[in-house]
Amino acid sequence: MNVLTDNLSLYWKGFLGTVELTFFASILALVLGFLMASFRVAPVGSFRAFGTAWVTVLRNTPLTLLFFAVLLGLPRFGLVLPFTVFAILALGCYTSAFICEAVRSGINTVPRGQGEAARSLGMTFGQTLTHVILPQAFRSVIPPIGSTLIALAKNSAIAGAFSVVELLGTYKTLSELGYNIIWTFVWIAIGYLIITLAISALFNFLEKRWGFAR
Amino acid sequence: MIAKSLRLLAALAVTALAATACGKEGTPPVKGPSAAELPQYKIAQGFSLPDSPTWKKAEKRGHFIVGAKEDQPYLGEKNPADGTYSGFDIEIAKMVSASLGLDPKKIAFKTIASANRETALQNGQIDYYVGTYTINDLRKKIVGFAGPYYMAGQSLLVRTDEEDIKGPDDLAGKRVCSAAGSTPYQRIKADYPKAELVAYDTYSICVDNLLTYQVDAVTTDDAILLGYAAKVPEEMKLVGKPFSEEPYGIGVPKKDNALRFALNDALEARQRDGDWKKAYDATLGLSGEPAPKPPAIDRYPAN
Amino acid sequence: MKALRHDATALYDIPGPKTERRHKMYGAVSTLLVLALVGWVLYLLFDTDQFTYTKWMPFEYTGIQELLLRGLGNTLKAFAMAAVLSLVLGTLLAVGRLSDHKPVRWIATLFVEFFRAMPVLVMIFFIYVALKMEPLAALVAGLTLYNGSVLAEVFRSGINSVERGQREAAFALGMRKTQVMTHVLVPQAVRAMLPAIISQLVVALKDTSLGYLITYEEFLHAGKLIASNLDYDLPFIPVVMVISPIYIGMCMVLSWFAQWVAKRQRRNPKTEAADVAPAEPGTLLPGTQ
Repeated sequence: MNVLTDNLSLYWKGFLGTVELTFFASILALVLGFLMASFRVAPVGSFRAFGTAWVTVLRNTPLTLLFFAVLLGLPRFGLVLPFTVFAILALGCYTSAFICEAVRSGINTVPRGQGEAARSLGMTFGQTLTHVILPQAFRSVIPPIGSTLIALAKNSAIAGAFSVVELLGTYKTLSELGYNIIWTFVWIAIGYLIITLAISALFNFLEKRWGFAR
Repeated sequence: MIAKSLRLLAALAVTALAATACGKEGTPPVKGPSAAELPQYKIAQGFSLPDSPTWKKAEKRGHFIVGAKEDQPYLGEKNPADGTYSGFDIEIAKMVSASLGLDPKKIAFKTIASANRETALQNGQIDYYVGTYTINDLRKKIVGFAGPYYMAGQSLLVRTDEEDIKGPDDLAGKRVCSAAGSTPYQRIKADYPKAELVAYDTYSICVDNLLTYQVDAVTTDDAILLGYAAKVPEEMKLVGKPFSEEPYGIGVPKKDNALRFALNDALEARQRDGDWKKAYDATLGLSGEPAPKPPAIDRYPAN
Repeated sequence: MKALRHDATALYDIPGPKTERRHKMYGAVSTLLVLALVGWVLYLLFDTDQFTYTKWMPFEYTGIQELLLRGLGNTLKAFAMAAVLSLVLGTLLAVGRLSDHKPVRWIATLFVEFFRAMPVLVMIFFIYVALKMEPLAALVAGLTLYNGSVLAEVFRSGINSVERGQREAAFALGMRKTQVMTHVLVPQAVRAMLPAIISQLVVALKDTSLGYLITYEEFLHAGKLIASNLDYDLPFIPVVMVISPIYIGMCMVLSWFAQWVAKRQRRNPKTEAADVAPAEPGTLLPGTQ
C-alpha cells in the first residue's frame, strides 16, 4: 500500500510524462490526420495517392516497430533529439493514420447538398473543405476521434517500456527498489484509468456541446 | 492503384527473402573471442547434491538452464547466426556447471533482461543466472548469491573524440545513458544529479545512442563497458577510475542454499587451479586489461 | 470512368480544361517533391554508409536467415494462439453481456470495460512481471484479455444490429432464447461481423510485436539481435529495411482480406438484416453507445 505514498513524486513524474506524451502526440496526430484526410479527398491524384500510402503503411505497421525505427533509425541521419520527442513523433504519426480515417468517414457523412451548395456559391475546393465540410464533419467525428486519442494514451505505454519517461516505466525503478510489484502495477493501472477517463469525459463534453449524429 | 502496387511490393519482399533462403553456412566473421582459444573444464565425476532441488532437477534433465545476457560483448553475447553464447560470464557458468558434475557444453542458455532476473529465478525458468548481476542486500532478500566471482566498478564509456569528460565529476549538463532502473542509473541520479540521465531498456541501445551522438556517455560497470570498447576501440574508450564496487555474483533461487554453497566451493576451486584466470584471459583479457586478483568469496549464512 | 470518379465527390466540380491543367501541374509538382524527398533519403542512406557490405553481409548466412524465420514463426505462433483464445473469450463475454441474469451481465460488462480501458502493454507487463509467467504465455494472455474484450463488444453489437423483426418473428414462432440466438441471430450477425472481426485480428497481429519488450523471441527481437551487433557494424537500417516490409505486408494481407470479405458481404442477401459498422481499432467511448 505504501508503494504510492513512498514514491509519490516518481509516480507523479510518470503520470505527467504520460500526459505530456499524450498531449503533444495528440496535437501532431490531429494536425497530420486532418491534413492527410484533406489529401485523400483532394481533386489532385498525387495528393490522394500520398494520403492513401501514408494511411495504408502506418495503419499496418506495428507501433513497436515504428518506435524502434524512429528511435534508432533517425539518429543515423544525424538527428539529435531527446527520447520524448522521438516518442511523440512515433505516436503522433501512427495515430494520424487512424484520425485520418475517422475524419474521412466523417466527411462522407456530410450531405452531398452541402458541398454542392458551397460549390454553387463559387467556393473553391479549399474553401468548401475548410468552411463547409470539415466544421460539419468535425461534429460527427468527435466520438471516433475520442476513442482514437484514448488508444493513443494507452499506446504511450510502449514509450514507458523503452525508457522511464512514462507511467509504465516507473515499474522498473520500483521493482529495483524492492517494492511489492502487484501494488506497483495497481497504481500504474489507476493512473492510466484517470487519463483515459479524463479524455473520455472531455470528448463527452465536446460531443454534448457540438456533437451532431447523422 | 496504390493498393495494388503496394501489394506487389509486399509480394516482392517476401519472394526476395525466400530467394535468399539458400545462403552461406556458418556465421559471419566475429570480432570477439573464438571458441578454439577457450579453456576446457574437467567435469567432476560422481558429484551429487541431494539437498538442492535445483541441482536434482538439472541432473534429471541432464544439463543446467542458465540465464544470461545476450547483448554484452566479451561478457555474455549471443551470436545471432548460430545462437551460441560467449564471454566471461558464460565461461563462469560453464566452469561451475562442470564442477557440479554436469556437462558445460550442454548448458541451455536463456536470455533474461535485467529487470526480470529475480522473476526468472523465483519462478524456476532458470537454474542459476550469470550476467553482470551485482550482489546487494536488497536483492539478497529475493534471491541467493554465490560468489562474487568478479569485482567490477561503475565507469564511463565515451567516444574517442570526447575531451571534456574525464570522470563522473565532469558529467554536469552532459547526457548520460544507462539501463532503466539499474544500479548505475540510480547512483548517477543520487550522486550526480546535474547529469542529464537517459534511460533505455538495454545497454545496446545506449551504445548505439553514443555512436549516433544522442548521448555523451554511457555509464555502467567497467566490465560491460570494456567489452564494448574492445569491439570498436577506434570509436569508444573508457575514462576515469571506477567509482563504485560492484561484486558480480551468480544468482540462485533464494531457498536453495545447498546450490549456493556448492557454487561457492566450485568458484573457489576454479580460482585456485587457474581456470578462472584462463577464462578471463580468453575473454575480457583480450581488451588488454590484465587479469585482476579474483575477489574473496562471500559465504554469508543461510537465512 | 473518369467522369464517374469525379461525380462520386460533392467537394469539387468536374474540372474544366483550365482547372484540369492546374491540377496536372499541382500533381507534377507534388510528385517531384515526393521524388526529391525519396532521393534525399536515399542520398542520406548512401552518405551514412548504410549499403556497405559489412552491414548487409549477415543476411547471406543461413544462420541469420533461420534466426529471422524462427522469429517470424514465433510471431505467427503467438498470433494464432491469441486469435483463437480471443475469439473464445469474446464469445463467452458476449454471451455474458446478453444474458438474462443481471449479475452475469454486470460481471461481463465490468470485465469488458476494464480490459478495454487498460493499455494492453500494461496487462502484458503485469502478467509477465507480477504474475511471473513465461514471455509467450504473458503475451498471449495479455492479447487475449484485450482483444477478447473488444471482440465481445463487436459480437454484442452484431447481435443487436440484426433487425428487430427477425428476433420478434422467431420468438413469435415459439422459439426459446437459445434457439433464437443460435438459429436466427448468430448466423446473420456472424456474416455481417466478419470484417470487423478480421480487422480486430489485424490489431492482434500488430500487437504481437509487444512481445519484443518482454524478451519473447519474436520477429522484432530477432531483428534487434542482429541490429545491435557490433560485429556487423550495427546494421540497424538494413534490418529495418528487411523486417518492416514483411510486417507491413502480413498486416496488409489480413486487412485486404477483411475488406474483401466486407465487399462480398455487402452483396450477400443473407446479411441484409444486419448492419455493422467497421470496427475501428482502439476502444469506443464509454457512455456513447
